[in-house]
Amino acid sequence: DAQNAFKVRLSIKTALGDNAYAWDANEEYLFKAMVAFALRRYSSKSTTQISNVLLCNVTDRVSFWFVVTDSSKNVTTVPGSEVEAAIRMNRNRINSAFLLSDKTLQFLKITSTLSPPVEPSTPVWLIVFGVVLCLIVAGIFFLVVAGIQQRKKKNKQSTERENLEEKGEVTVTVENGIPCETLDLKAGHINGVFATDDERFTSL
Amino acid sequence: AMEKSRPLWDNPLQFVFACISYAVGLGNVWRFPYLCQMYGGGGFLIPYFIMLIAEGMPLLYLELAVGQRMRQGSIGAWKIISPYLCGVGVASVIVSFFLSMYYNVINAWAFWYLFHSFQDPLPWATCPLNSNRTGYEEECEKTSSTQYFWYRQTLNISPSLEASGSVQWEQALCLTLAWLVVYLCILRGTESTGKVVYVTASLPYCVLIIYLIRGLTLHGAVNGLVYMFTPKLEQLSNPKTWISAATQIFFSLGLGFGSLIAFASYNEPSNNCERHAIIVSLINSTTSIFASIVTFSIYGFKATFNYESCINKVILLLMNAFDLEEGSLTADNLNEMKDYLMATHPQEYTQLLPQLKNCSLEAELDTAVQGTGLAFIVYSEAIKNMEVPQLYSVLYFVMLLMLGIGSMLGNTAAILTPLTDSRVIAAHFPKEVISGVVCFINCVIGLIFTMEAGNYWFDIFNDYAATLSLLLIVLVETIAVCYIYGIRRFEKDLHTMIGRKPNWYWKIMWACASPLLIISLFIFYLTDYILTGTLQYQAWDATQGQLVTKDYPGYALAVIGLLVAASTMCIPLGALSTFVRKRLKRESVSTV
Repeated sequence: DAQNAFKVRLSIKTALGDNAYAWDANEEYLFKAMVAFALRRYSSKSTTQISNVLLCNVTDRVSFWFVVTDSSKNVTTVPGSEVEAAIRMNRNRINSAFLLSDKTLQFLKITSTLSPPVEPSTPVWLIVFGVVLCLIVAGIFFLVVAGIQQRKKKNKQSTERENLEEKGEVTVTVENGIPCETLDLKAGHINGVFATDDERFTSL
Repeated sequence: AMEKSRPLWDNPLQFVFACISYAVGLGNVWRFPYLCQMYGGGGFLIPYFIMLIAEGMPLLYLELAVGQRMRQGSIGAWKIISPYLCGVGVASVIVSFFLSMYYNVINAWAFWYLFHSFQDPLPWATCPLNSNRTGYEEECEKTSSTQYFWYRQTLNISPSLEASGSVQWEQALCLTLAWLVVYLCILRGTESTGKVVYVTASLPYCVLIIYLIRGLTLHGAVNGLVYMFTPKLEQLSNPKTWISAATQIFFSLGLGFGSLIAFASYNEPSNNCERHAIIVSLINSTTSIFASIVTFSIYGFKATFNYESCINKVILLLMNAFDLEEGSLTADNLNEMKDYLMATHPQEYTQLLPQLKNCSLEAELDTAVQGTGLAFIVYSEAIKNMEVPQLYSVLYFVMLLMLGIGSMLGNTAAILTPLTDSRVIAAHFPKEVISGVVCFINCVIGLIFTMEAGNYWFDIFNDYAATLSLLLIVLVETIAVCYIYGIRRFEKDLHTMIGRKPNWYWKIMWACASPLLIISLFIFYLTDYILTGTLQYQAWDATQGQLVTKDYPGYALAVIGLLVAASTMCIPLGALSTFVRKRLKRESVSTV
């Protein structure tokens, strides 16, 4: 008997919270009907009746044992493997009849296969990676090109100035070839490095 | 010929932001909260602030002043102070080079987690299924889903250092991206760096404020905060507390790498570096405390969540075993019900006893973690339980990236400034090419850390590449400025730059307190290494789902020795080579 019997455990309050229904005789009737329905669908013979499903040991937890008898062969129970396969096939329907899930309506000997998480064809992270990579490479390219252009302009400017100097037309005041503007930095102090250089040499 | 003028920061704010961006790094987020927890909670702040005043501010001011005065990178600056000290600059560059090699791998990991945050549910929230879909992956069952994601799916870590494994292409891609980002920020020198630091310095604060608000409103956050801030003043008598405080201040400010000298060298000579030194060190320490508040509210949330799950599991177990009505067992009446059940059904209860775990909030809070474990495992675990986890995940890893890139900018500046200063190299190659070559070399060497055993090599570099060498470098720096260059000369230089002489506090710290502190730290570390004998590391055991301690193999110890020697030996070798060169010159002059 124990081999073909299954323990069922329901966690209605966990699943539904305030909307939980009480477990009474009507719910038991529905359960018997669902098991009978599952067996009918599985074995495609319409001989299983609700009265064939027997429940016992109903506790406050809401857990109980059930067996399915076979009325065609006298007082024998349907083999457990058949019942298990039938329930596995119709698990979804049984769960939704009670507004529960695989976790809250447990058939203790029947392990459910877990559904794998949805995997898109290209992993999402590669897409984001690609976007960021393109942005960065574009930025680098833009900065390098701008730098090269700036350098070309500076070279042209300095060659122009040299030509102007040779022609003696330059009006920019220079000191040792450096225009005074660049010398006139905001730091117009004595360059302390050179001041202390003398000290270094005399100490030798 | 036309002299190229030295590039400058656009305004002093850029300089301050660059220093803040460099100093405020991952250590503030993942090391300080751990130290606070281990060494007395609120009481740790006392040694922390004492050390800040005794060594943090003076040494920071010293480095900034040297850089601003000499207007050269670390090699040039120390050569000017004394020709025998060229080795100090070279040692700084070598240490910076080692640091940049392994530090960018953290940014690669941050990118990896960032890219994986755009999924629902987050990939580290659930375990993957095993091959026949009847349950979860075995390794993931033994440990938690966040640890599994870190050790298996991110690192794909091997069981020991010897089993090197192959390069993980996903990590290699992220590392390449991280180096490209760094290259983009540094390729134009201060022009580009100066703009980037506005973002890298300020964005982490925005995220921390958001996290503070979110963290404080989480259920159970108060538990964590109370736990952290209750001062355990007896820890003050433990010498390790003071040493940890000194070490944390020292390394948190990033002294000795040459980055601060490099940044300061781009200042105008009249910049008030005294004020900036005080501001930067205060902001750095305040950020550490601020980050601890955030971290501990998150800890409290995570610990409370785990504690409540544990209790719920116990309740479910008891309900199923004794077929009790749902809702009859709650967290409040659990203990009474346990006694009642033990009295009424003694046999079944004793059978069940080994499975009934004693859930304790204290035990959950006590799990102190530091380093990559905190940043990537603990935080991601807390994030997955929040509402809208994708948003918080993205914010958090963007913040980690900003902190990491900010520090990388300082590291690369420390390497590039001496290179671009030296006329030999700078004459032939434009700075874009020099930056590119440095980034490329670092990226290729960094591929070592993307191998399966890469994380073990990372730990070697993290623990040994910089610690002893930096202490020695900064010690030599302080002694050089105070006694070889002369504190009076230094005073005069500061007077020229800022307009007033440093007061007695600075002079006492530079001349006595800071060198003494550094010497004691140095002696402590040396004796610690010598006393512990063989060095050990934590390896991940996939079969048990936890870390186990193993000894380093011989060649790993050789690498450690090489890392330390490569930088520290430069100082005496530099002095020796200058001495020899002068001798030869004197001889050649005298023979003429």
